[in-house]
Amino acid sequence: MTSKKSQKSLVELRINGETIEVAFAPHKTLLEVLREDLALTGTKHGCELGECGTCAVLVDGLPVLSCLVLGLEAEGREVTTIEGMATAAGLHPLQDAFADLGAAQCGYCSPAFLLVAKELLEVNPSPNRDEIREALSGNLCRCTGYIKIYEAVELAAARMRGEAVEPATESIYGFEV
Amino acid sequence: MNTIGKPISRVDGKLKVTGSARYSAEFDMPGLCYAVLVQSTIPAGRIAGMDDSLARKAAGVLAVLTPENAQRLPGAEKRLSLLQDNQVYYNGQPVAVVVAEKLEEAHHAASLIKIRYSVSAPKLDFVAGFPSSHPGNHNGEPGDMSWGDVDGALKDSDIKIDQVYTTPIHHHNPMEPHAAIAQWNGDELTVHESAQDISGHRAKLAKLFGVQESNVRLICLFVGGGFGCKGPLWSHVPLAAMAARQVNRPVKIVLERPQMFGPVGARPRTHQRLTVGATREGKLTAIRHEVHAHTSVIEDYLESSAFPTRVMYGCPNVSTIHRIVDLNLGTPTYTRAPGVATGTYALEVAMDELAYKLNMDPLQLRLLNYTENDPQTKLPFTGKHLRDCYTRAAERFGWSNRTREPRSMRDGSQLIGWGVATETYPANRRPASALVRFKPDGRVLVATGTHEIGNGIYTIMIQTAADALNVSPDLIDAQLGDTALPPAPITAGSMTVASVTPAIQTAAERVRTRLLQMAVADSGSPVHDASVDEVDFKDGLIFRKLSPNRSEKLGDFIARNGGQPIEGIAHVEPDETLKQKFASHSFGAVFAEVSVDPDLGPTRVRRVTAVYDVGKVLNEKTARSQFIGGIVWGIGLALHEDSHMDARTGRIVNENLADYHVPVNADIGEIDVSAIDIADTHLNPLGARGIGEIGITGTAAAVANAIYHATGKRIRDLPITPQKLIA
Ligand code: FES
Ligand code: FES
Repeated sequence: MTSKKSQKSLVELRINGETIEVAFAPHKTLLEVLREDLALTGTKHGCELGECGTCAVLVDGLPVLSCLVLGLEAEGREVTTIEGMATAAGLHPLQDAFADLGAAQCGYCSPAFLLVAKELLEVNPSPNRDEIREALSGNLCRCTGYIKIYEAVELAAARMRGEAVEPATESIYGFEV
Repeated sequence: MNTIGKPISRVDGKLKVTGSARYSAEFDMPGLCYAVLVQSTIPAGRIAGMDDSLARKAAGVLAVLTPENAQRLPGAEKRLSLLQDNQVYYNGQPVAVVVAEKLEEAHHAASLIKIRYSVSAPKLDFVAGFPSSHPGNHNGEPGDMSWGDVDGALKDSDIKIDQVYTTPIHHHNPMEPHAAIAQWNGDELTVHESAQDISGHRAKLAKLFGVQESNVRLICLFVGGGFGCKGPLWSHVPLAAMAARQVNRPVKIVLERPQMFGPVGARPRTHQRLTVGATREGKLTAIRHEVHAHTSVIEDYLESSAFPTRVMYGCPNVSTIHRIVDLNLGTPTYTRAPGVATGTYALEVAMDELAYKLNMDPLQLRLLNYTENDPQTKLPFTGKHLRDCYTRAAERFGWSNRTREPRSMRDGSQLIGWGVATETYPANRRPASALVRFKPDGRVLVATGTHEIGNGIYTIMIQTAADALNVSPDLIDAQLGDTALPPAPITAGSMTVASVTPAIQTAAERVRTRLLQMAVADSGSPVHDASVDEVDFKDGLIFRKLSPNRSEKLGDFIARNGGQPIEGIAHVEPDETLKQKFASHSFGAVFAEVSVDPDLGPTRVRRVTAVYDVGKVLNEKTARSQFIGGIVWGIGLALHEDSHMDARTGRIVNENLADYHVPVNADIGEIDVSAIDIADTHLNPLGARGIGEIGITGTAAAVANAIYHATGKRIRDLPITPQKLIA
């Protein structure tokens, strides 16, 4: 439905399980609608060109670069942003693992990595390192060097499989301690 | 408490993984509108005419700021492009600002502005600029420094290396673009800015707008990466403030990714000639390190690439020379390990070349020229355990299994190569202030105007206060990133921890003493009438040392005493006389294994092993992050990052993350880091020397040296791309 005066579309979006009615100009990307109209700023803006992956959200469970889809295209679909990743029961195991292991350094890339990893673990609960790399290959991180991100995904996957695992205790002090 | 050195998880981790950490563009306020920059499309000349009539009429437009109508700022320096005149100094320079209700309206209106230029001949040829280059200094240190007789020694040297190494322009590209929200309230300016130096930016903004510093407040709770580019104040911030003043509403500006390639700093291009002389036994007799690096035509910035040569090896004759070439490009600036990253690349590859010429193990050559003192000043180091770094790293890497000859190691069809390099970074410290406050609810606040840029400083602040006060970290909150707090220095130069933690310790000591003094004087307190020495404070309880059950909770004590918080504030200056007695640097050893496809050229860095001597490691987890992150930047320097400038227009042609290659996850193999962890208490009481930058130093050389070992090809111009390897 379009209201003539503002040239805006009034759209019903399903975001993190809630139905939200929001009016926005039809050419707006989902990223802009989330960040600017809905103040869901957990979804990050990195390039708006589909290059960096920081804007990834899940649409009907699949990772999508929100800077490359229109807000209108999300109508009638289920959008999950980082704000919807934790449940009443607490943080998602991936969130715990990222926080524990320092996989979120400056943290700007983390929401997108988390959502993409969530989807990975839903389809593949026991990914190996290469599968994790592959799944996360669309996301750039300038801080962590990626390694702690893989470690966090592995830790979360193991915990989700019910394995009693502790984070690797590899010491920075080297082998002599 | 004993939390320092422990792998405490980041206290801000939860905020970051839930999307609740607020970065600078993520504050909403009533009336917020949007500004967009219009940038020049020529590298040099002036604006002959600007037609903004269509833009002004476009939907939602609130203002168009141009050189015609922009507020005049008498304090404006030439380095900033604040629409004060018609001059154009580089391609991409801000030349107008459009403010509109909505971001897309601002973008659309910006596209309607027509600009006529009168173009002058730009200076864009780096090498052609050498004859007119000029000397400079870096952070007050002179660019030229020599000792001994380099020419004489070179003439008499048995063995000589004389090569040129080059590094390209880099753009920092943190994942979070620069962003600012500016709001005026009368003469008071509040700015949310993604910044590494809120105090410095506040001072500059106050001067520009002719208001008191106390009228300007900068807020930055989280920085989504900076790596140097968010250190200086750039034009978009005062432009946002000018726009906010004009429309009398808060204005937000967020740079687009392509705008990160020009008006907000870069690592300058370097051309480094290394002339090294040695005896037949491998003793260095002379080093000349001659650097050309570019800057803009509006500001001098010196990439101090030869500085590491002043400290790395014992050598009786050394000459380090820097010359700056002015080009019509945006001003370069500090980029992760400024000078040192590019300089250690050149020096450490030259050392490798020397080792081959001497037919000597490259690690052996480094040990042979090891120096216990600063070679330039002859002063002792505050602490140096580089020998241990070499030994440990070599052992972890398995260096003794290396075969000497290039192209002598293979894995199937892949050529394998191993390389080594030395790493270094100066230890810095600046004055800093902090406050520690006991709150009526029994919790403790530790606060200072520093920046959380991924360095983990929220966590380190809490650890420092926890240990100083004997209070569990769970009872402590940290606050930073606000000029309303006691000021801290720029977050750069790997000096945040060394600067900020002593101020926190002193403030903690003060508030603790104050509390105990108040407690013994308070007739209602169970410790009343004891002397301060007889009482203690631990884990939220005030008690008598001899009868600890005569105690009271901090919150109860405060409630009875008027309910006001108790506070200690400290300003702590580094000991300036230290520099006369000691040199202070971190060191490390880095080994890399690469595989190179002999037919197609791609290099993979399979593993990197590094061991650092950085003084005391305050938090294992955050330290490991910083080291690995630095190494990955070193891999990017060696193999990927390269901003291509169009030679005619001075425009960076790959101004996006698809064409400007930062390391991606497929580029990274195994990375093994460890630290010697011996406290260096000369510099600060905790004994930490800083860890943010050393990881990038040396790594590019280790990779380049490994590529030579794999292929027998010595590529001296970074990045080492497949094209160069199969050429
Ligand atoms: S913002 Fe969407 S990919 Fe970068
Ligand atoms: S943690 Fe900073 S970009 Fe990934």
